[in-house]
Amino acid sequence: MPYTHELKELIKRVEATRHLRIEKKRKGEEFPLLSLKEREEILRKFHPDFIEGTRREIRVGPNKGYSIPHEYVDILEAKSRVNPDLVDLTKIAYETDVLIIGGGGAGTAAALTAQEQGVKVLIATKLRHGDANTMMAEGGIQAASKEEKDSPYYHYLDVMGGGHFKNVPELVYTLVTEAPKVIQWLENLGCMFTKFPDGRLKSLHGGGTSRKRMHYAADITGAEIMRTLRDEARNRAEDIKVIEFSPAVELILNEHGHCAGAILYNLETEEYFIVKAKAVIMATGGSGRLHIQNYMTTNHYGATGDGLVMGYRAGVRLCFLHTVQYHPTGAVFPEQAEGLLITEKFRGAGANVLNIDGEQFVNEREPRDVESAAFIRECLERKKGIPTPTGKVGVWLDSPMIDIIWGEGTIRREFPGKYLLFKRFGIDISKEPMLVYPTLHYQNGGLEYNSRCETSIPGFFAAGEVTGGVHGENRLMGNSLLDVCVFGRIAGFNAAIYAKEKAKDGRLTLDHVRKYHKELEEAGIITQRVSPMLLPDYTNPSVRERQLTSHYVGTLR
Amino acid sequence: MEEKEIKKEELIPIFIMGKRYEVPSTLTIQKAMEYAGYQLIRGCGCRGGICGACATVYRFPGSYKIEVGLACQTLVQPNMYLTQIPFFPAPKSIYDIERIKPSIETLVKYYPELLRCLQCNTCTKSCPMEIEVMDYIAAAMRGDITRLAELSFDCIMCGLCTARCPAEICQYNIAILGRRLYGKYIAPKAEHLASMVKRIEEGRYESMLRELMDSDEETLKKLYTAREIEPDQADEYWTPKDKTYL
Repeated sequence: MPYTHELKELIKRVEATRHLRIEKKRKGEEFPLLSLKEREEILRKFHPDFIEGTRREIRVGPNKGYSIPHEYVDILEAKSRVNPDLVDLTKIAYETDVLIIGGGGAGTAAALTAQEQGVKVLIATKLRHGDANTMMAEGGIQAASKEEKDSPYYHYLDVMGGGHFKNVPELVYTLVTEAPKVIQWLENLGCMFTKFPDGRLKSLHGGGTSRKRMHYAADITGAEIMRTLRDEARNRAEDIKVIEFSPAVELILNEHGHCAGAILYNLETEEYFIVKAKAVIMATGGSGRLHIQNYMTTNHYGATGDGLVMGYRAGVRLCFLHTVQYHPTGAVFPEQAEGLLITEKFRGAGANVLNIDGEQFVNEREPRDVESAAFIRECLERKKGIPTPTGKVGVWLDSPMIDIIWGEGTIRREFPGKYLLFKRFGIDISKEPMLVYPTLHYQNGGLEYNSRCETSIPGFFAAGEVTGGVHGENRLMGNSLLDVCVFGRIAGFNAAIYAKEKAKDGRLTLDHVRKYHKELEEAGIITQRVSPMLLPDYTNPSVRERQLTSHYVGTLR
Repeated sequence: MEEKEIKKEELIPIFIMGKRYEVPSTLTIQKAMEYAGYQLIRGCGCRGGICGACATVYRFPGSYKIEVGLACQTLVQPNMYLTQIPFFPAPKSIYDIERIKPSIETLVKYYPELLRCLQCNTCTKSCPMEIEVMDYIAAAMRGDITRLAELSFDCIMCGLCTARCPAEICQYNIAILGRRLYGKYIAPKAEHLASMVKRIEEGRYESMLRELMDSDEETLKKLYTAREIEPDQADEYWTPKDKTYL
């Protein structure tokens, strides 16, 4: 749907100030960045994390008393999908060295490095191999790769500042020092990064970066990385088996307390299968489909926080789940595109954000949480947002500036994905701005782990969005693709070494699930909820009422 | 939640695999199927037009024309009758990327059916990403791997081209082989990466990073606030004034 007449009238105000704003940009006169103190203030007042009544303390498990969003507590204070007494753990369907739960970027990177250590790998994934948030990451991947102006030192400082200095130092150290190696690894696998004619990688700023170190493959960086890693995994199919449409629903431990496998659920035949493994890597990704505070999300259909549930039930602590990342620029128009990610690369390339009067109100490159809070303030407190025909509100992202600054055709060339998407709806983003508002984007926290990707359970590793610590309380753009590649590779390597050298065979058990159920009962939690959720349910409520015998308990809440 | 955003509005008939449902006219095919009561397992992925899970074909009554689209990106229209093609069998050749050469021989060795192309252009007409599929196949037949890679870059591997190809070619798997060959062997290397990796491995940044890791929050805040920001409009060869930590 093209812009309505009313919106077209409002766009004229954006056009009226555009010339002057571009002049300023050319002279290097930017809208001032906020100080750390000002950031703090705007976050406390306007970021969704700080809204009263949106969290509660979890009453069971190793983080008892930790206050996190209701939606997380709901899936944690829930029963297993399986009754441990009905599962016969002697009927083993698959046996492998390393079981990887999740077939996204982290899981696939892990599969490759594990395989290189000579072990057999099994990837179990909920949907298709590659169906993951990695595929949807657009803007880029950070690495301090240009020695004349950048170094891991500055990358480290930027990551810490973005995360409010709460990040786990050793994880950040690993992230920034491994970054250039990972880009080189991807280049060697055949990833088509956007380059200058001499091979030098192009790079841009992201919110909160001090140097331009965002490398990219047009505006489909994640898709390019994911499809390349997946193709490589398929080339090693002898050693890397993939079971699709079969999410794990519970971890299996053994009598020594080591992780020793998982129960898979075949979504199509509704059978449960036992996998026995010498080591297990959790790489299930994030949880945007929990729709925290009813926010729309940029996330993949399968992002339901399954790994948090399985890991927590087995006894791994959670961290940094009290903060959630809202991406400042989710589409709010047209209705069909609501919630879709508009990459931060637009702002990295210079597009201003503007209110209804076509005025700037925040620098376009603050860290994501600060930028989001500024949008919310502009719309809700100052009432200077732009109303949409469906009753939403947003601010303008002035994409046409990019073509004016960098030359006509830049948008088509550098943002082909978004250009086409909006064109389908009759909007030419090289000529007209986009309407955006914060949207649920990233799970900052997750399972506790260390820089070797080990968790507190021997034989149980974790990598990617399911983990917490490296990004502190807020991740910077371009560090999630980096995270999945860096820690995916480390997890695969260490899990393989563990499988070969340390794994100890023993009787399989689900006692941790029984114990968790007992704890729920003792805490007085009586609920019909089961988790992991696996898939969100968007069925029309009146239809759901009539689905009397549905036995697919994917989404009972 | 998404379903709550659907307002009372005009309902239109669509036919999902031939069966009639009435759905709001503002929905995409994907949301319309969910509205009708489908819990999608196959045929739904990123919901944002990039993963290729929801390839859909449809027709309108009285029209011979086969229409294609991604269910998550295509609006419903009155009386469309549709089915999703969430999976289509397609050969994928196994190769060792380290040992193959960027040549026409490689393409033909792994995908000999490439040469069966009839140039009917059905693949291009079937592409929801508006990719010139036949043109990249033609480039592949000429051994022009650079062109193959460039033209196919936006491919989401949904498989619609492959489903409809009368020559039984799997275009998208040929395309990714081409892109990987291009990315690895033809595109100029980023030499600065190797140099930076070497510096890191030599331990150049070790002591300064350790110092940061041991710093308290106040010190970090000072360093963070004081860091020099590369100007937005700086050209590629900008360098900072302070080079101590480079």
